[in-house]
Amino acid sequence: MEELTGAQALVRSLEEQGVEVVFGLPGGTILPTYDPLLSSRVRHVLVRHEQGAGHAAEGYAWATGKPGVCMATSGPGATNLVTALSDAYMDSVPIVAITGQVGRPLIGSDAFQEADITGITLPITKHNELVTDPARIPAAIAEAFHIATTGRPGPVLVDVPKDVQQASAPWRVTDWPPAMDLPGYQVPGAPSGAAIQAAAQLLLQARRPVLYVGGGVIKSDSYADLLRLAELAQAPVTTTLMARGAVPDTHPLALGMPGMHGTYPAVAALQEADLIVALGARFDDRVTGKLADFAPRAKIVHADIDPAEIGKNRTPDVAIVGDLRLTLAGLADAVAQAISVGAAPDTSDWRAVLDGWKRRFPLRYTQHGDGPLKPQYVTERLSAMTGGNAIVVAGVGQHQMHASQHYTFTRPRSWINSGGAGTMGFAVPAAMGAQVGRPGELVVAIDGDGCFQMTAQELATCAIEKIPIKVLIFNNGFLGMVRQWQELFYDERYSSVELGTAIPDYVKLAEAYGCVGLRCDRADEVDAVLDKALAPSDVPVVVDFRTHDREGVFPMVAAGHPNDDILLGPEFSADEQAAASRREMELG
Amino acid sequence: MSTHTLSVLVENKPGVLAHVAGLFSRRAFNIASLAVGPTHDERVSRITIVVDGATTPVEQVKKQLEKLVRVLKVVELGNDEAIERELALIKVKADPALRGQLLEVAGVFSANVVDMSPTTLVLEAVASPAKLDALLAMLDTYGTCELVRTGRIALARGSGVITDQPELAATLEAETAA
Repeated sequence: MEELTGAQALVRSLEEQGVEVVFGLPGGTILPTYDPLLSSRVRHVLVRHEQGAGHAAEGYAWATGKPGVCMATSGPGATNLVTALSDAYMDSVPIVAITGQVGRPLIGSDAFQEADITGITLPITKHNELVTDPARIPAAIAEAFHIATTGRPGPVLVDVPKDVQQASAPWRVTDWPPAMDLPGYQVPGAPSGAAIQAAAQLLLQARRPVLYVGGGVIKSDSYADLLRLAELAQAPVTTTLMARGAVPDTHPLALGMPGMHGTYPAVAALQEADLIVALGARFDDRVTGKLADFAPRAKIVHADIDPAEIGKNRTPDVAIVGDLRLTLAGLADAVAQAISVGAAPDTSDWRAVLDGWKRRFPLRYTQHGDGPLKPQYVTERLSAMTGGNAIVVAGVGQHQMHASQHYTFTRPRSWINSGGAGTMGFAVPAAMGAQVGRPGELVVAIDGDGCFQMTAQELATCAIEKIPIKVLIFNNGFLGMVRQWQELFYDERYSSVELGTAIPDYVKLAEAYGCVGLRCDRADEVDAVLDKALAPSDVPVVVDFRTHDREGVFPMVAAGHPNDDILLGPEFSADEQAAASRREMELG
Repeated sequence: MSTHTLSVLVENKPGVLAHVAGLFSRRAFNIASLAVGPTHDERVSRITIVVDGATTPVEQVKKQLEKLVRVLKVVELGNDEAIERELALIKVKADPALRGQLLEVAGVFSANVVDMSPTTLVLEAVASPAKLDALLAMLDTYGTCELVRTGRIALARGSGVITDQPELAATLEAETAA
């Protein structure tokens, strides 16, 4: 038995847990822990704002599949993590946040930099704990990682008072992880074989099936079996914003993204489907549109590891609760088995309809050679020049939708963004975390000018720590998505939405942060500028793309409307819109 | 109001009630009544929650409760299968002329007189919610000065105990696959 302090036990626990990196910023009550951290093998990345630490931990988790770790002091340090915790909760991202707290005798006294962070984060963490016994630190840390990474992943916060860090904490752990005390925590394991058989039967009988693939497929690393299932059943696949890359966009069965800004084939296929197999997806309002009118004729198979998602928004015909990896392997096996004894799924007519829709109603935009620069064009050039092999990170807004729509994703964990929470400012720090997790790879943040200004300070962190992310700002001088809604729904009354393109000067800003700054406002310069930007570098590169300020994101289903009301946008004629609205099901 | 009574076994640890109550407020579930107390196992507390099925999706409540790390077990007790009790203390106006009548009412409902002043009585009543409602309605005609009422507690009839119940996820799968 070794005699350690609570702080030493905490750092030792992180080491035992296999943590490579902690993103954080020290302050009064977490100081005891920063002392042993200095001599630990765990790398610490000193951020410029704790929100950046939280999003970096998320980006690291998205990119690697391993839990991200962030650390902050009490009070404002901890509250600055709140947005990232909320984001991680909404998108089921496994992160562990460690915060200092005022000493036990001071708790509740409104002490300097005291905040009830376990109370504040209670509704936005999977679990949290205030550790009041130094001897509990190893178990508390082990439990935090176990809870964050198992079942439906999510953020866990561990709050450690300063005097608990300073107190003696004999290290009694002989085997890691130490005994955990979680009698009420159950991780759904193997799905029921009967449910899988029932789902397989429905899939084999369906004439118009769609696999509705959500983030759970990425988190469970089950894309190989997903592809096997799709190909065996000849079932078209739509990948949500959380699942882009789960199936290559180049695959003939891929329909792209569903939902508010989904592709016409994906949105319409769900509306016309006779069977929807939801895999690690949650029937989010951005996907379903008006819920009562979503996929009115479809039977539903809903597979999820979280029992509470089953029936929350749409009642399924078959529910499969359990690890999606096992579910998808089981489903693919069951379908293969049925085919081997004569079952013959026939979706050829359906696929012909969808291929017709893909041809007639693609994502469409126009880039004139000498006209204003279109964000879609920049994204497509990026996609072509990187061969779909970059790790793309987006903030929230028009640039995010354009990136999701127009980048051709070819592999899982190559798309990182803020989905459920819709956190502006996510991209730069999340890209930083992704790059730390996958140092050899090209990490490109596509960001809006509004988003970028919320967390741009992490460029300093990246420059100093030699984290060479590429940041492409789609600078249209507006809060673009807000502008689009004001144009469509508020009579073009543009209230407090114009940021201007000139301030700040993003090239100078980049240079001030020790990064390379570039600017591009012409289509014929995009390739040359991207070439320069994407070249290997020691420091981040920031490109100020001056994009068209009136470009919208289409297709679009207005919030609260049925998906049947999908608008193709100004690039389509009235006749084409009418044909799309009728959902002409001509073959081929 | 179609009420649903949930028995929730939780770890007896700091902050557990906040987690449970916080879940209700975050998900906009309404609590009709709530009672917390220890069990025969000192590591475990039992929370009895009554929700209104008309305004709150009871299945969702159960599933979300089960997800809380410190929650051990969630079981819904059907109104017919459970003994349900509430305790009330009622201070009621009792002019000497009406005291006899009041005592008669109390007797009918098996309520005890636990305090008396020249102008008031304090009654203690333990009853099923419906019976308690009836008593309170009667007392209102005399003039209720003050009322305090606990949350409902409930226990299943028969020999079965709460820990025998299957896990919710298993039940759910069995139901839909059937």
